Amino acid sequence: MSVHMPTTVDEAVALLADNPGARLLSGGTDTMVEVNFNHLKPETVIGLRRVESLRDYRVSSERIEIGAGVPYSRMETGPLADALPALAAAARTVGSPQIRAAGTLGGNLGTCSPAGDGLPVLAALDADVNLRSPRGLRSVPFAEFMVGVKRNSRLADEIIESVSIVPTRGYQDYAKVGVRNAMVISVASVCFVHDRNTASVRIALGAVGPTIIRAREAESWLTGQVDAAATLPNDENIASEFARRVAAEARPIDDHRSTSAYRRHAIQTLARRLYIRSTK
Amino acid sequence: MNDTTGFYELVVNGKKREVRDSWVGESLLYVLRERLGLMGSKGACEQGECGSCTVLLDGDAVCSCLVLAATATDSEVVTVEGLAADGAPTDVQKAFVEHGAVQCGFCTPGLIVAVHHLLDRNPDPSAIEVKEALSGNICRCTGYGRIFAAVETVVAIRKGAGK
Repeated sequence: MSVHMPTTVDEAVALLADNPGARLLSGGTDTMVEVNFNHLKPETVIGLRRVESLRDYRVSSERIEIGAGVPYSRMETGPLADALPALAAAARTVGSPQIRAAGTLGGNLGTCSPAGDGLPVLAALDADVNLRSPRGLRSVPFAEFMVGVKRNSRLADEIIESVSIVPTRGYQDYAKVGVRNAMVISVASVCFVHDRNTASVRIALGAVGPTIIRAREAESWLTGQVDAAATLPNDENIASEFARRVAAEARPIDDHRSTSAYRRHAIQTLARRLYIRSTK
Repeated sequence: MNDTTGFYELVVNGKKREVRDSWVGESLLYVLRERLGLMGSKGACEQGECGSCTVLLDGDAVCSCLVLAATATDSEVVTVEGLAADGAPTDVQKAFVEHGAVQCGFCTPGLIVAVHHLLDRNPDPSAIEVKEALSGNICRCTGYGRIFAAVETVVAIRKGAGK
């Protein structure tokens, strides 16, 4: 086994081209668990922690770009949290402070677990995933990036460089259900984004399907009921019907973390809660 | 390019340390304990849940079990052994002893590192900020009450000293 520590993205791309199948290592919070328990013995590891450009983010009124190596701790507060409150909320629910200092959005995308806390936010914000390879830069909408449980459309020679998000105007938040407050993997999660600029409402569901699910029928039902260019109405009936429709689009399963029925119930509760919060 | 195959150097507690004849898939926790003889950091869950292996990596409190040691070659690692320059207990360690915040002691080194990390950045944390900062360090003995009391004491003493 060998370990490479590139300092630029180009160097990392060249190393990956020279070492097909090398394990890309970001914060280590997923990979090292596999290594520690002897589930994984990679031949070659390309550590990305020293690639400074991956640890940068840029916020402007037209576009927000977040490097794949930005740790969750830097999303919790500061300019990124101000620009993307839903991402900040999701980041705060990840693991413990120690995990948030290490774990990154790029790692979340690389692992692509349906329970990954960053992923519903990227889905609801219609983020693009930017991938770098010897052929150049390729941008993939999140919905086309995540293709199954821990499966994504990253090609073998591509490195996840960043995500791009068009800023929205209006309420956005993330809520999650787990067995306790800290150190918890999501049982069900919801990201709700209301964008008055595009008069749209977007809701993405985590841990209730093989991929992150956008409840698109519920979204279009809601925008047919309300004026989404304005603040949404504080209407219990609309909230309840919207939440019922959102939950109907979830595809949860029974597993060691919860049951299908509970997960669907949790999604309905969270969707209703976030809708009501958005009206205030 | 840094191609590491069995020999590399780490900077631990301000000193260069050579790691030889090791498998490069070893975690920083394993290397600290088994290769460098620094037994302060404890290993329990090996999956980043318990916090007993907490160290400072370039100033961030992280779980050393989740750091691939060979990727930390250009980083500053500080373990619980490196917190006090002269080997005497730090104010945090003294407060833990005085308050009985140590029972079996297994989680203590990780908590000590986490408390130093918190108070270096936030010298006057609220109760909820203390709980949040220590939420990644699991203690099964104390019920945390005495740990929080120890942190309060350190905050008060440091405030007094600053006046």
